[in-house]
Amino acid sequence: MMSHAAYVLASYGIATLTVVGLCLWVIADGRARQRELRELEASGVRRRSAEASNGETR
Amino acid sequence: MSENSLAIRKFSDLANPTRFLALADRVLPWLAVVTALFFVVGLWLSFTTEGDYQQGETVRIMYVHVPAAWLSMMCYSVMALAALGTLVWRHPLADVSSRAAAPIGACFTFLALVTGSLWGKPMWGAWWVWDARLTSVFVLFLMYLGLMALNRAMDDPARSSRVSAVLVLVGFVNIPIIKFSVEWWNTLHQPASVLRLDGPTIDPEFLRPLVVMAIAFTLLFFTLHIAAMRNEIWRRRVTSLRRLAARSAGREV
Repeated sequence: MMSHAAYVLASYGIATLTVVGLCLWVIADGRARQRELRELEASGVRRRSAEASNGETR
Repeated sequence: MSENSLAIRKFSDLANPTRFLALADRVLPWLAVVTALFFVVGLWLSFTTEGDYQQGETVRIMYVHVPAAWLSMMCYSVMALAALGTLVWRHPLADVSSRAAAPIGACFTFLALVTGSLWGKPMWGAWWVWDARLTSVFVLFLMYLGLMALNRAMDDPARSSRVSAVLVLVGFVNIPIIKFSVEWWNTLHQPASVLRLDGPTIDPEFLRPLVVMAIAFTLLFFTLHIAAMRNEIWRRRVTSLRRLAARSAGREV
């Protein structure tokens, strides 16, 4: 039988791992999408609204 | 311009994904800092307040378990509101919001189940029992996973948004079942002791860290949700740009 402190530690440990993992996933996902957008822009593909904003706004 | 129409314009501005991205850039750093501060205070309170005279140290599990469980239900309610936004108002960001919330909700539900299990073993003598509260939260977890799978299976958001919105709304019936399961049925899980009509029945010694941790978790949810929505908007832009590039490449040949 584990001591009470072990259950508390396990709970906080798993909570920390889950929350940190979730945060890292969201950050990594955002970075990867931004990289893709930059690559597309570098290869000359632009959004229609971005092209329009070069001429006149909206 | 009257004040009222200005307010309406400000609200409808949020429907523009570009405006949303600008707002997210401005708000996210502040939200992240405030969330971290609340977690520091919350965790400090969680470990410095006294243990319970019956439960001893295990009462500290409550400060993660209860906020995670609240958040698992709040996240689904946010998704249900977003589903209404998709079906009724066809708000362009509603589907983005619902899709971005599903993995976050799944994580909080997972946390509620695991910490509940770790609390149940020393207090009830069992890791798991199929009582109404535990079973209905487990169903909620499966629903999050199902919605995530559905969103991944259909890669065209224009087609998947309505299907997943209907599914979210049908699944919302589970939320009142979770909330009132402890009153409707005879469960091993205790009934509510904070959000009650006759006021909290929990000692202020435990209520203080619980409230701070609940605020910290709620702020964490909104920070992650806004960031995930931003990612989802970027993801859709990448998809549409790739389609645009493929189409123009086809024309050149």
